[in-house]
Parts: sequence; structure tokens; C-alpha cells
Amino acid sequence: MDLKLITSNIYKSYDGKPVLKDCSFSFDRSGTYVLTGPNGSGKSTFFRICGLLEDPDEGEVNYFSGVHILKRDIELRRRITLLLPKVGIFNTTVFKNTAYGLRIRGMKGPKIKEKVDKALEFVGLTHKKNQNALTLSSGETQRLGIARAMVIEPEIFFLDEPTASVDQENTEIIEDIILKMKKEERSIVVIATHDMAQAKRLADWLLLMKDGKIISSW
Amino acid sequence: MDSIIEGFRKAFYLILNFDPEFLSIIVLSFKVSGTALIIATVLGLPIGALTGLKRFPGRGLIISLLNTFMGLPPVVVGLFLYLLLSRRGPLGFMALLYTPSAMIIAQSILAFPIVAALSHSAIKKIEPLIKQASLTLGATPFQVMITIIKEARYGIMSGVIAALGRVMAEVGAILIVGGNIAGYTRVMTTTIALETDKGNFELALALGIILLMLSFIINMFLYLIQKKGVVETAIWT
Repeated sequence: MDLKLITSNIYKSYDGKPVLKDCSFSFDRSGTYVLTGPNGSGKSTFFRICGLLEDPDEGEVNYFSGVHILKRDIELRRRITLLLPKVGIFNTTVFKNTAYGLRIRGMKGPKIKEKVDKALEFVGLTHKKNQNALTLSSGETQRLGIARAMVIEPEIFFLDEPTASVDQENTEIIEDIILKMKKEERSIVVIATHDMAQAKRLADWLLLMKDGKIISSW
Repeated sequence: MDSIIEGFRKAFYLILNFDPEFLSIIVLSFKVSGTALIIATVLGLPIGALTGLKRFPGRGLIISLLNTFMGLPPVVVGLFLYLLLSRRGPLGFMALLYTPSAMIIAQSILAFPIVAALSHSAIKKIEPLIKQASLTLGATPFQVMITIIKEARYGIMSGVIAALGRVMAEVGAILIVGGNIAGYTRVMTTTIALETDKGNFELALALGIILLMLSFIINMFLYLIQKKGVVETAIWT
């Protein structure tokens, strides 16, 4: 893993209303970064820009491999992933949902099965693998989103409010999954949450965002 | 009352005995409407996908036109097509008037906006979430497009079946451009109109029964597909 992300002086506004103001940070070490801050502080916008879903109005988002800046192309996008608060689920089985990222990369057959089975076991959805994914509960949907992202082995994995819309039981399950990921993975995991207690439970590094700017990290 | 009962009796006789004239009319109806539906789908689905997936100048105008043309009066389509295809018209040299080809063109024009507009709304409804999901998982723009169309399949199928229902039941346009030539351009709806005029109710009733059955089957499919679509929408939103 040698992928790093450096964001410098990012500005972003919607309809003239500034959301991010001079936002800078470097994600350059393996481990779990947790970005916390009140609702509306700009966390999701920052994630969407880092996840290459949107461009900043000003500033730079640069991914590095060693000292080389990487082009914002499909190869780079396939090395990172972003789990949004509202997971877009495909109208097919849990298994096929999880396999999506592998299939579009041209993988086939038993290799897919092995990886998908492992990811579903990791998030506790093995028993639902043949079920239509649209019938899952919101907590299970989030877990499927995590499995679907994990299976492609991203070097940087952004999770935007992964427990915002789930019950307490599933929140604990998802936190356990993230803590397990910390032990097994050597990638960079970046989580956004407005829950400070959760942030402390999960973080190697805590970042505080306020009014569109990362104001402190520790 | 007796004549109605007698009409139904003879109609069922025609149906159960597979009367050759009766069968040929049904077969031609399917050929004309089926071909028109294929043409409308081949042209309408890409337009629906394009307007559902891309933002470009004139997109709003295209969507408004499609929605307007969904309610095109068939006789008006028939009239304009007649003027185009008649011997003195700009396309008269093609000698298409009063042929099954002219009927197919007329029905394609009627079905096209339905397929395109309903495909557009089906794609637009699911586009943001599915697009983001596939992009974040590393899909190329082409893979994103295929994924969205695949996910909108039930909405698209609803559009195609609704278009089939419209063209199968349509009479105004094909009567004008196809005439009603026995064994050549005579289809179910035009035959019903002609035979009713002549007072020959048995064939008209027999075809009417078949049309009603087809309409029922089409609507059952539509209902089942829409029901599935509603369940999915409820889960997505």
C-alpha cells in the first residue's frame, strides 16, 4: 500500500453558499482516520471530493503513489472507494451485489466466489447471500455496502456516516466490523461521523471539522 | 337481443374452428404491431437513456416533446403520414401507402414517445443512487450506463408494454395509411370497424373478444411489473 491523499486549500460552494473553506489535510499513513464535527460542517462534501465524485471549486486533491501524483482516471478510482450514507443497492442477490466490483474488473468464476464468501462472512451476511438485497434491513444494507467495498480491497476506504441510519444493535455490529478491519487491513480507512463517542472508539487519528474546515487533528 | 346472442355464437364458432381469414387477420396484427414495437424500442430506449443519464442543451425540450407526443391523436398521425406517403407527397415515390409498411411506420410513431418517455422516467428515478454506487465501486462510464439501464429494467418494460397496448388497440392511423385491404392490410381493429359498418357482427365480435383478451393479458403484465416497480421504489426511497 503506497497510496496517499493530500488535499490542499479546498473550497466548495453550492448555490453561492460556501460549504468547504480552505480545507487541507494529508492521509498518508495506514490506519483509521475519523472525521467528526456537527451536521452541516462539510464532512460529506469533503468525502465526495476525496472520493472523486465531485471536483472542488478551488484547491487540489492529489493522490500520490510514492512521490508521483496520479491521474484522476479509472485506475485511480479503482484503488479507492466511498461508502455513502444512502447505499445504492442493485436489484439482485446479496452475492451478486457484493461481486459487482469484481465483475466490472473482469474477474470471473471461483475467484469471485472465494472473495465474496469471505467478505460476506466478515460482515455477517453469509446466511442472506441468495436473498434479494433490496429486502435487507437498513443495518444489513450498510453491512452489504461495507462488504461490497471490502471485496475490491481499496487502498483508501471512505465511509460517510456508516451508522447514521441504523439501530443501536447494527451500530455495534458495524463498529465491530470496522474494528476488525483495522486489525486485518493495512489500508487507510477514513470515517465521517457526527458522534464524538463513536469517533473516539474507532479512531487512530481524530480530525475535527467545523464550518467547512478541518480545524484540528490529534 | 337474439341477434347479439347469435353474433356471439358465431364468433365463438370462428374462434374455436381457427377460421383461416380470422387467423390471418390476427397474424398480420401481431406482425404490424410487433415490428412497430421493436422499431419504437430500438429508437426510443436510447433516447430515454440519453435524456435520463446526460445533461445537455435542449434536453428539457426533448423531454417536453416526448411527453406531449405520448398523447398524439392517432388520426392526426395517420393524416400527416398520408400526406407524406400519398403519390403527390414528398415520400410518394416510395409507394408505401396502403401497405403494411405504412401501418408499421404509423404505429412506430405512436409507440416511440411512450417507450422513450417512460424509459426516461424509469432511468431518472434510480439514476443518482445507482450511478454513485457503481462509480464508487470503480465502474467505467459505459459500465455505469449499462448498470443503470439494467436496474431500470422493470420501468422500461412497463413502457414497452404500455406502448404495445396502445398500438394493438389503435385504429385511426392505420385505417388512413393502410386502408383495409382484405388479406393484405386488414388487421383486428380495422376489421372490427369495417365489419360493424357492414352489419357482419360475428367476425367483429370474434376479433373483439381476442382484442379484449390481449388487452387483459397486456394489462396483467403491466400491473405485475408496476407492482414490482412500486415495491422497489418504496425500498429505494
